[in-house]
Amino acid sequence: MEAKIKNIHKEVKTKEAYFSATQFQLIYARFRSNRSAMIAGLFLLIMILLGVFADFLSPYDPTIAGRDKDYEHGAPQIPLFWDDNGFSLRPFLYTLERYRGKDTNFRWVYTLNKEKEKRRYVYLFPKGWKHKALAFNVNLPGKKFDFKIPGFTFERHLFGIDSGGIHLFGTDKAGKDIFSRTLHAIYISLAVGTIGVFIAFVLALIIGGTSGYFGGWIDGVMQMLTDTVRVIPPIPLFMVLASFAPPEWSSETRFFFIASILGLIGWPTLARRVRTHLLSERSQEYVLAAKLCGASPSHIISRHLLPSFTSYIIVDLVISFPYMVLSETALSFIGLGLREPVNSLGVLLQNATRADVLLNYQWYFIPVIFFIVLVLSFVFVGDGLRDSADPYKVLKK
Amino acid sequence: MNSDQNLITIENISVDFYFQENFLSKKQKIRAVKNVSLNIKKGSFVGLVGESGSGKTTLGRTILAANTISQGKVIFNDGKQQFDLSNISKTELKEYRKKAQLIFQDPYAALSPRMTVRDIIAEPLEVMRITQNREETDKRVREIADKCRLNLEHLRRFPHAFSGGQRQRISIARALVSSPQFIVADESVAALDVSIQADILNLLISLQKDLDLTYLYISHDLSVVAHICDEVAVMYLGEIVEHAPTSELFSNPKHPYTKALLSSIPSIDPDKKQNAIILKGEIPSSMNPPSGCVFHTRCNYANENCKKETPLLNTEIKKDHLVSCLRVNDI
Amino acid sequence: MTDLLNIHNLKVEFDTDEGRILAVDNVILKLQEGQILGLVGESGSGKSVTAKSIMQLNADNAVYGDNSKIVLEGQDVLKFKTNQDLKVIRGGKVSMIFQEPMASFAPAISIGDQMVELLLLHKKISKEKAKSISIDMLDRVGIADADKRFKQYAFELSGGMRQRAMIAMALSTMPKLLLADEPTTALDVTIQAQVIDLIKNIVAEYKMGVIFITHDLSVIAQTVDYVAVMYLGTIVESGPVREIISNPKHPYTQGLIEALPDLNNLDKPLKPIPGDIPSPLERPTGCVFHTRCKLFESGVCDNAVPPLSEYAKKHTVACFKVNTNEQ
Repeated sequence: MEAKIKNIHKEVKTKEAYFSATQFQLIYARFRSNRSAMIAGLFLLIMILLGVFADFLSPYDPTIAGRDKDYEHGAPQIPLFWDDNGFSLRPFLYTLERYRGKDTNFRWVYTLNKEKEKRRYVYLFPKGWKHKALAFNVNLPGKKFDFKIPGFTFERHLFGIDSGGIHLFGTDKAGKDIFSRTLHAIYISLAVGTIGVFIAFVLALIIGGTSGYFGGWIDGVMQMLTDTVRVIPPIPLFMVLASFAPPEWSSETRFFFIASILGLIGWPTLARRVRTHLLSERSQEYVLAAKLCGASPSHIISRHLLPSFTSYIIVDLVISFPYMVLSETALSFIGLGLREPVNSLGVLLQNATRADVLLNYQWYFIPVIFFIVLVLSFVFVGDGLRDSADPYKVLKK
Repeated sequence: MNSDQNLITIENISVDFYFQENFLSKKQKIRAVKNVSLNIKKGSFVGLVGESGSGKTTLGRTILAANTISQGKVIFNDGKQQFDLSNISKTELKEYRKKAQLIFQDPYAALSPRMTVRDIIAEPLEVMRITQNREETDKRVREIADKCRLNLEHLRRFPHAFSGGQRQRISIARALVSSPQFIVADESVAALDVSIQADILNLLISLQKDLDLTYLYISHDLSVVAHICDEVAVMYLGEIVEHAPTSELFSNPKHPYTKALLSSIPSIDPDKKQNAIILKGEIPSSMNPPSGCVFHTRCNYANENCKKETPLLNTEIKKDHLVSCLRVNDI
Repeated sequence: MTDLLNIHNLKVEFDTDEGRILAVDNVILKLQEGQILGLVGESGSGKSVTAKSIMQLNADNAVYGDNSKIVLEGQDVLKFKTNQDLKVIRGGKVSMIFQEPMASFAPAISIGDQMVELLLLHKKISKEKAKSISIDMLDRVGIADADKRFKQYAFELSGGMRQRAMIAMALSTMPKLLLADEPTTALDVTIQAQVIDLIKNIVAEYKMGVIFITHDLSVIAQTVDYVAVMYLGTIVESGPVREIISNPKHPYTQGLIEALPDLNNLDKPLKPIPGDIPSPLERPTGCVFHTRCKLFESGVCDNAVPPLSEYAKKHTVACFKVNTNEQ
């Protein structure tokens, strides 16, 4: 009997929960039931964490300062727990010895020394190169706008090795650790994407919003503006801008510049969506009901219209992200975007176009896998959100 | 105040809409309401019937100052304040909005899906600053929800939890929360099931007695109007063609359109064969209305004069029974 | 006379995210040619789903019961799977007209082209013949200037004319059975009367069977020969229309009739049926109407589903509290 009452109680509670659930709670519940979206979300979270904590996770400085002169074009080194000489709790690597002499025609020959004494052990939380968090050094045109935030300096990293280098993904021509560079590339791409999407979003809201809310000739003019910006071909635009960008700009400035440009040409699509949505929503009867109480346009927009399309906008934002990332990648790859020493996938891939890389140093392509995972997880999460976005769709009689 | 006092006096109003294909083409005028006069007495339940294109919804919304009046006057007078809607200032409009409200037709579209029921009902109070603080608002919301027979624990829920009938009650509660005197109910039961319609109509009637309301009930369903309204005005293509107390209109219709309309109502008695008066032709477009009497293109009694002369709602058959027809005495 | 249509134990469920929803349960219907059967019910009654089952037009997630049979002129159409067979029930022997005439016509193709296309799909005739049949049909449904209208688009016609054009299109293939799903609900009352007249004339002329679906009991009274009252997916009462309206036995039918405004007695108060229609996710156990029924008896009405039993000749009721011939 008690179990029955408990069951009824539980049923009532879930029903009540459904009836008093806000829009976001409903969307979240639907999202959770979508398996692929949840898995993609998990991957996305992992990638974001990798990017945000890139400095902590990378054992070496990804710039030229952290290069390992002894291990150029080096193959990936995977730590082992076990080999012929016995088991070790701490993972280890073999020492790489180089020898150059007359018999090798004065070329470096590498041999692996598998002796136990020559093992190098990996250990956690070593002290390593200095990295900063939350430090900003903004150098805008005009001395007045420059500001510097010192931020925090850390020295610890997740893992390191007692001697020599540990390069999980190998190294490139100059000896820079590809693992570190990959993590930083994720961070940079995410940052560029965020800034680009943010700028595009703000512009889209303002332009699409006024267009959709007011209609009439305002809409007509705004739409012409939107269409004009939309047809600007991105590559010629970037070529022009790239030639305008002064070479003395710091990599950070260049970074902001590229990100802003991406945002400034990315807003038309979002704006159009905002406008369409507002145009259909503002003729809804509940908007008229609010108007008949004398509600001001700002009240109507904030209380009625904005909440109605917040879910769509979030979906649009998430889906725009991978496009930003891919655009930046493409631009950097052809040299019009970011450059060394800033890492991004495009920059990393620039080095991968030579024949000897393709034939001999395939590990240069490992970052590509990370990016595929990053973009795909954005896409899947966006799709999942879109599917669960409108919890009120099918409720008519 | 005299109970015969007109709460709303509508004097010869016309409402025009302008239609423009794109902002370079010429503007076209549609006269949705043409030369309409109507007096709504305080405490009465006036029905406004018509088919599609009759202008009844436009008229209803114009009385609530949701459309601009192109010609004529609408005067609201409750004994304490008087407004002329064709010439109203912003502050006066704010006051008027508290006194006149609208109940929508579609219970599914009229409630914002992302607000709780409590917030939906409270919105007029908050926007019009009728209450000073949250406590007062909540108290008033609970009062009115109770009158509309809404379960108080349902106030926390969102509209998607409710059936059509319940939603319509929420709509009614929202319209009444500002203590208005005049309510326009636009097809308020059309979207509901028959068994629920009766429930909502009974609620409207009881609320009228309880809160001393005056209603303008707009509908295309004549049998419903017959039951709840004291007097009925029939509209066709923007004009009122006949206006009479309910029992008089239904027993003694004089305008050919009214006669055709009433004959078309199907009877629940299968043996009562329906002798519907068939109207020839189609309802004309509002962009191109007929000359003279607006009904002449479909009227079985129209003569040459009907094409030229426009009748006015001034032929008095009996007290309070007015018709707009040039040939009413001949038919 | 063999039945034109015979529906046995029709059960339709829908597979949704929220589980399996029972939309139609144990519907039994019979129709002869030249007869008009009315299906009346409110929202959720399952009347549309029943009609669409005849043409297998329900959504893909519809699941039909194992014992369900819809026999049309001797063939069980629920078993039809191939396109060839389905063509018979979709536009061939069975035609359907809908509530919203704008939804029936593709907006960017002229009405004439659509009618011709329909004819050519079902009959082996030349395009010229199809055109002349279509124009003839448009004329017969009362559309003036039929050859001019033939070339027009759906948005150029008024609501009443569109509905008539839709009827013309549905009838052009000479179906044996016409399904009319709320055909007059969206129309003005003056046009409604004309469309009802038109349907009755067509039935008399072509000897078709018609299933007329609506929520409006008065329209039913004026149009149909037999009526079946549906509530939440089951038939609660059925019989000749005169009998049902003058002598309703099921509390729901009685409630429906009492809730209607009566033009002959304007002072009579309106009597609603208490309560709300339950959501299909919360189907009451036993008799589906028991939550709102004034005759409810605990233990009886919520325990088992009352079967449709014969009360008088051809008049069947599904209610434990009504004395039928079998009780």
